[in-house]
Amino acid sequence: MRLKRLGELCKRREGLEIRFILIQNRAGKTRLAKWYMQFDDDEKQKLIEEVHAVVTVRDAKHTNFVEFRNFKIIYRRYAGLYFCICVDVNDNNLAYLEAIHNFVEVLNEYFHNVCELDLVFNFYKVYTVVDEMFLAGEIRETSQTKVLKQLLMLQSLE
Amino acid sequence: MPAVSKGDGMRGLAVFISDIRNCKSKEAEIKRINKELANIRSKFKGDKALDGYSKKKYVCKLLFIFLLGHDIDFGHMEAVNLLSSNKYTEKQIGYLFISVLVNSNSELIRLINNAIKNDLASRNPTFMCLALHCIANVGSREMGEAFAADIPRILVAGDSMDSVKQSAALCLLRLYKASPDLVPMGEWTARVVHLLNDQHMGVVTAAVSLITCLCKKNPDDFKTCISLAVSRLSRIVSSASTDLQDYTYYFVPAPWLSVKLLRLLQCYPPPEDAAVKGRLVECLETVLNKAQEPPKSKKVQHSNAKNAILFETISLIIHYDSEPNLLVRACNQLGQFLQHRETNLRYLALESMCTLASSEFSHEAVKTHIDTVINALKTERDVSVRQRAADLLYAMCDRSNAKQIVSEMLRYLETADYAIREEIVLKVAILAEKYAVDYSWYVDTILNLIRIAGDYVSEEVWYRVLQIVTNRDDVQGYAAKTVFEALQAPACHENMVKVGGYILGEFGNLIAGDPRSSPPVQFSLLHSKFHLCSVATRALLLSTYIKFINLFPETKATIQAVLRAGSQLRNADVELQQRAVEYLTLSSVASTDVLATVLEEMPPFPERESSILAKLKRKKGPGAGSALDDGRRDPSSNDINGGVEPTPSTVSTPSPSADLLGLRAAPPPAAPPASAGAGNLLVDVFDGPAAQPSLGPTPEEAFLSPGPEDIGPPIPEADELLNKFVCKNNGVLFENQLLQIGVKSEFRQNLGRMYLFYGNKTSVQFQNFSPTVVHPGDLQTQLAVQTKRVAAQVDGGAQVQQVLNIECLRDFLTPPLLSVRFRYGGAPQAFTLKLPVTINKFFQPTEMAAQDFFQRWKQLSLPQQEAQKIFKANHPMDAEVTKAKLLGFGSALLDNVDPNPENFVGAGIIQTKALQVGCLLRLEPNAQAQMYRLTLRTSKEPVSRHLCELLAQQF
Repeated sequence: MRLKRLGELCKRREGLEIRFILIQNRAGKTRLAKWYMQFDDDEKQKLIEEVHAVVTVRDAKHTNFVEFRNFKIIYRRYAGLYFCICVDVNDNNLAYLEAIHNFVEVLNEYFHNVCELDLVFNFYKVYTVVDEMFLAGEIRETSQTKVLKQLLMLQSLE
Repeated sequence: MPAVSKGDGMRGLAVFISDIRNCKSKEAEIKRINKELANIRSKFKGDKALDGYSKKKYVCKLLFIFLLGHDIDFGHMEAVNLLSSNKYTEKQIGYLFISVLVNSNSELIRLINNAIKNDLASRNPTFMCLALHCIANVGSREMGEAFAADIPRILVAGDSMDSVKQSAALCLLRLYKASPDLVPMGEWTARVVHLLNDQHMGVVTAAVSLITCLCKKNPDDFKTCISLAVSRLSRIVSSASTDLQDYTYYFVPAPWLSVKLLRLLQCYPPPEDAAVKGRLVECLETVLNKAQEPPKSKKVQHSNAKNAILFETISLIIHYDSEPNLLVRACNQLGQFLQHRETNLRYLALESMCTLASSEFSHEAVKTHIDTVINALKTERDVSVRQRAADLLYAMCDRSNAKQIVSEMLRYLETADYAIREEIVLKVAILAEKYAVDYSWYVDTILNLIRIAGDYVSEEVWYRVLQIVTNRDDVQGYAAKTVFEALQAPACHENMVKVGGYILGEFGNLIAGDPRSSPPVQFSLLHSKFHLCSVATRALLLSTYIKFINLFPETKATIQAVLRAGSQLRNADVELQQRAVEYLTLSSVASTDVLATVLEEMPPFPERESSILAKLKRKKGPGAGSALDDGRRDPSSNDINGGVEPTPSTVSTPSPSADLLGLRAAPPPAAPPASAGAGNLLVDVFDGPAAQPSLGPTPEEAFLSPGPEDIGPPIPEADELLNKFVCKNNGVLFENQLLQIGVKSEFRQNLGRMYLFYGNKTSVQFQNFSPTVVHPGDLQTQLAVQTKRVAAQVDGGAQVQQVLNIECLRDFLTPPLLSVRFRYGGAPQAFTLKLPVTINKFFQPTEMAAQDFFQRWKQLSLPQQEAQKIFKANHPMDAEVTKAKLLGFGSALLDNVDPNPENFVGAGIIQTKALQVGCLLRLEPNAQAQMYRLTLRTSKEPVSRHLCELLAQQF
């Protein structure tokens, strides 16, 4: 079937979908890059630099949202780290803003007061945390208790 | 809770990372890395078999090096080996390496797939999840081919663990998005919908995403999800803040799941079942009520989570656009946010209100916030918030507040950020034109624009003011007077000189009676600017001068002297020199009569879509041409729609894909008056454009209202207008100075419904307004069109809507005609258009595999079943645009059918009441020759030919 209704013709709703997640420090060093879209390496590098340029110039009086190419970046700063999620322009800003915070709280529990160095030395574990909470560009699990229980279980495996 | 020490488990890795961090320079880092690479290489090549731990450690180091930005060209095999380890930590590193680095090493894919297959079959939930995450992260077609059939089984199997189901759902989503053809629909789909009832909220969270994606393509198959989603939502929304335990986030029950459910519901119209609908409305009301309750926590997380749900609720209310009460409540809620201390909320409220402004139910409510929004425009610190405020003002603008809004925007323009000036200029120009009751206000506004932000006034804007002044004789004298005054300013923008030059050249005679603006004064004023202007402007001024010679013979000697001056006749610029020479000769050899004929006043410009609108649309979707470009929304469609009319009154193309990409070769920006442009000025002066007013009053109006049979022939542009709608269903069908006709239509099977919106652009009431649909020839037996009568009077600035119900009885070749008649200021108006109903609207896309396609292709091999056309490309050859057009045309696009990936292959069935016509098509672009070959095969001969003709005109 080609057409559904008039309402939909005007604004096609895309599903909640994350294009990429980036964690960068203020100097622009990437601490995590998770891509949910195909990019070649040059393009990834360019995106990383652009996001850094866009996000770091903003201050606390600004919103946590920035238009970015044809998408938007939802970001929040924690100490020297910027957690950025790139989504479609009509996605729900606040839902992602809190998804970031939820993720940060999990990292904080998991690494016991997480700091930037934890993400550097345990980069391969951070990917596991991400995959527990976000998969295929969608939010997979939101319960901190459930995620931490699973991480603890994985931790105990050899 | 678990604590993790630095690099526990892999000391060597931690040491290596420390070393890298201690490197003082890039060179030192590279040196250290090369040393490590050599070490790892020798270990991998060494005779001694490495144990799993070492292998894991080295693979992990390689990964780290890669993530630092260095190329890695070995280690893939070792990583693949890790996949078959039975230790979780080793397997995990193996999968991570594969997920991050796999694309380059496809020869390993078989080995990888094998390992994944084993893990999927292992019944060990941890291993199954690792494998599923790997598929979801890579998402390649090869993996889709290998696993698309297994994953649905895992997803709905009774004995799958919850965490496995979560991963399987999203893994399937990824594969479906990447290659929908690979995911077989079947018995599992019904069971997937029931995951909405699952006890585990995490499973529901993942499943909603999958269902949302699936139901977009197959809405009917997943309809049952509506009631399930509503009841799930209702349970969440009405639960107390602690009921959901693990899924309560800062006292808000399951915020993300609620948002996802609300988005799922936005894939559908309001529920038909009254009980379900009642329950949903109750939910929406509860959310709105909760927004008014005092917060349960002072934390921003609490209010953000709560408001995430609120904004999604409002989106759903806007999407339904049918509950006036809820719309107004939503608007009031957003109104409170407009003054909230959180910048985020002010921003989101402005953004959301922009869409509310386009609903007829809430437009008035939005307008009450005008002062707050104007204040936001003046005081917000974040430019993106100011931009939203400008968008909202634009959206809420109508005849009642246009003057206020335009003047506020003009004021803002003086201090606006450079980044958004051009957009504001365009918006002001559009509003000024759209809501101009008296055109002197319009002229003032545009001249103000040039004064305040001349650099940002693009050609489209000043072309447009010239078009309008040329077409409206009531404003010409005023325009001449105003530009004359504006040019007095010691420093005026070059765009002002251009507009001034053109207008005085055409209408300077209207103010020549006043000694203060006598012809010599006009001339010396213009000429005082001449030397500081660019070549293009000087060229334009030279044309003004020759027009002056015609208008004011007394200036002839002075002007000839100017033309004759060495600086003109021997100008280094060829264009200027040629103009000077030719104008000088023309003024000397031509008799006054000839001169008067050659330099006659410009005829009115044909009315088309405003070039400024086209420009704004282009601007809103910048063609960065990057990989991120796809899936773009068209932000302007909201804004532009944002006037009073809840219809695409001024948007010409709200069709989803093609235009959003901004790639559609936009209709050439409403033929700017060529004569105002620089280069071709000369040609125009002599040739005189043959433009005619598109809508002349019919010569003699019949005394009796004519029957529908004796309508006139379609207007000359009718075919062109019709062609615009072959691949899309919405847009502006017709527009002239008086009337705009917008179309929205939807088709399903052999039925269609079309909404026609007739907008009176003038301030005067139309009388005896009667649009009728006529079936020429045999069409009556082929197509049934039911229309409702519309009111015979259309007030100035008002819009009336006409609904057409269409049924396709059998295949047809000619579209029905739409005859529009009315009286405007006593003068009868009549014209006939072609209604955009073409046979392809009744296409039902058909997916099929390659072999089926070829089999059917062969079955339709009679020569008369095939129609073929070879033609030159009229638009840039862009595969994405072509795809969008073919989809808009209605056929399914079949991938991997044609051996040549450049070619497009499609299939569909034309549904008519009497019969169905199967159609196959193939489009072969030849980029080198800029040609296409289009082949259509259908079971009915005239249909092949007709479709071929229709489609060929689209490229």
